[in-house]
Amino acid sequence: MDVNNPDIKQEPFPGNVHPTASGGFLVTKLDDVINWARSNSLWPLVFGTSCCAIEMMSTASAKYDWSRFGFEVARATPRQADVIIIAGTIVNKMAPVLKRLYDQMPDPKYVIAMGACATSGGPFFYNTYSVVKGADHVIPVDVYVAGCPPRPEALLHALISLQHKIQAGGKREKMFIEKYSDNVDVNKLHQK
Amino acid sequence: MNIEELKIKISEIAPSITYEESGEMLNLFIEASEFKDFAQVIFNDNSLSFDYMFCLTCVDWKTHLTMVYHLESTKHRHIVVIKSKLERENPEIETVCDIWRTAELLEREVYELFGVRFINHPDLRRLLLTDDFEGWPLRKDFEDEVNMIKL
Repeated sequence: MDVNNPDIKQEPFPGNVHPTASGGFLVTKLDDVINWARSNSLWPLVFGTSCCAIEMMSTASAKYDWSRFGFEVARATPRQADVIIIAGTIVNKMAPVLKRLYDQMPDPKYVIAMGACATSGGPFFYNTYSVVKGADHVIPVDVYVAGCPPRPEALLHALISLQHKIQAGGKREKMFIEKYSDNVDVNKLHQK
Repeated sequence: MNIEELKIKISEIAPSITYEESGEMLNLFIEASEFKDFAQVIFNDNSLSFDYMFCLTCVDWKTHLTMVYHLESTKHRHIVVIKSKLERENPEIETVCDIWRTAELLEREVYELFGVRFINHPDLRRLLLTDDFEGWPLRKDFEDEVNMIKL
């Protein structure tokens, strides 16, 4: 994934500088600054339950290098993590552990469901007694990634999508409008 | 020893054993009641010396269960597969975890997934599933109304 790709918008700092003789004022909204700061320093929790974790490690490695986008500080404790990437199958026995890890993370916290197992149970959807059919039965999910397992590019796209979502104040509609169109009526989206 | 030599040697020890001619390994069938004594003999015998168990599992054939033991000798490097037919209702077989220590956990796994009871096993309880789990999930007729979506 090329960082110089013009399709990927590098979000500028939200606000305007009004120059004065001795320097300048920054005029902005505090919410926007907070969201900007949060989105650019997301610390993921080290959490992998099966093969998706291998792709997640690959995403962290030098070739794909998610530290370009501010994800490099992977934490082994939920108390210091901002985002949990559910990389793998969640079985019934793991579900309370996942819930507990999520509860231990400080707010604001975000969840990415990586791969088919975490989004729906995937290959274990039918005729399985032990697998949770989607991690969203246990904790709320912000971004879903398709794939079995997803390629590192897909995970990077999910992480960047999460950043867009945070910068938009967590509102999917707002994120959608900013990204794709200037002429979409938010109320119409709600009616759907 | 190659397969033919193994066959001759094993026939001397236990004449009642039957063989299955398939695959690259020597498959032999033995009655569950004779299994423990036979296992002890092939472990102790110097020319056989099956001192390494690398697989212990079970197969559900719907009409019956089959225990499958894969044994190897680290001295002679020959391999044998021992199979033993068990009834589906109340399957029981003698434990071999006093001969091959690794069987202790493997037998617990077979117990939890197939419900095979290993006689004289020191600690026969569930291994991976929760202790209050009901049923034997790897049996073909296993049903779980809550968790399973049938296709």
